Amino acid sequence: MLKNSNNNFGLVSKTVHWLSAVMLLSLFAVGFWMVDLSYYSEWYRVAPYYHKAFGLTLLALTIFRLVWKLATPQPEIIANNKAEKTIAKLGHAALYLFMFVIMISGYLISTADGRGIELFNIFTVPSLGEFIENQEDVAGVIHEYAAYTIMFLIVGHIAAALKHHFIDKDDTLKRMTH
Amino acid sequence: MKKLATTLFATLALAASAFANAAEYAIDVKGAHAFINFKASHLGYSWLTGRFNKFDGSFTYDEKNPSASKITVNIDPASIDSNHAERDKHLRSDDFLSVDKFPKSKFVSTKITDKGDNKLEVVGDFTLHGVTRSIVIDAVKVGEGKDPWGGYRAGFAGTTTINVADYDFKNDWVGNVELELHIEGIRK
Repeated sequence: MLKNSNNNFGLVSKTVHWLSAVMLLSLFAVGFWMVDLSYYSEWYRVAPYYHKAFGLTLLALTIFRLVWKLATPQPEIIANNKAEKTIAKLGHAALYLFMFVIMISGYLISTADGRGIELFNIFTVPSLGEFIENQEDVAGVIHEYAAYTIMFLIVGHIAAALKHHFIDKDDTLKRMTH
Repeated sequence: MKKLATTLFATLALAASAFANAAEYAIDVKGAHAFINFKASHLGYSWLTGRFNKFDGSFTYDEKNPSASKITVNIDPASIDSNHAERDKHLRSDDFLSVDKFPKSKFVSTKITDKGDNKLEVVGDFTLHGVTRSIVIDAVKVGEGKDPWGGYRAGFAGTTTINVADYDFKNDWVGNVELELHIEGIRK
């Protein structure tokens, strides 16, 4: 089953979810590590190159994800009450919001001087130019703090999934893994 | 006694005239006829050049008595421009200029020596990255005179070399950086 049903996630949604999870965590780890690399490290040029390329890939994947969300039914959120349901919705919205903030701000750092971003030697994603003065600095600060924020959101996301699984003993986690 | 008085008077007169003639100039940053460029080695294979886009300053200069000249230049280190946004971001960071902690850089001359032939040795205190050190700028007066718009201008070029290790840069492997100043002043 590629598509979602009213009770279950389809293969596409599950794959995109877990792929996004792996990419997001890897991008965070690599980003955290690469900013302190010495100029003479062999990773100094390679790590940012792949960080940017995978970041833009995740951006494309996330845009597809939202389109797919509209094209396929959404399984009901399992919740004990209305408040829980609202919190779940807000949490998911925040995850999407911060993903976009991180990816767009990252793009704005590298493209502040008109240079595009090379995507795996396939093509170059063009720059849209400088929107504000010292864009690379402003976007850099936003990128950093938004990345830390999304890590807290992810901890919350995981905690919620575990709560559903072990405390509520419902299918929330299972329907994303099975 | 009379002779001493005459000498004293002559000296005072000379000093007074020197003072009166030491015109004050504002560096023409508005018209961007002044540049602070830098040059550093990249891996020992080539030169990387860039500039500071924001600075201002003033100087006094008297052709008859160049040694009485003075110059002050204020530089905004955050305005560093090496034609690459990511590199500039890095240069502004704590690895190099730490512009958040040290938002001001400054050069104030302490002693100017006339070397003849329009050459000047400008000794002064250079503050960068919160560290102040005495440096020597080899300068030359390029020219002075009336401009076509009713003003009077004087221009100089100067070079000096600093070692960023002297200024406590975290990434001190950059080593020597050559600074090149092109200053045009409009008489106040």
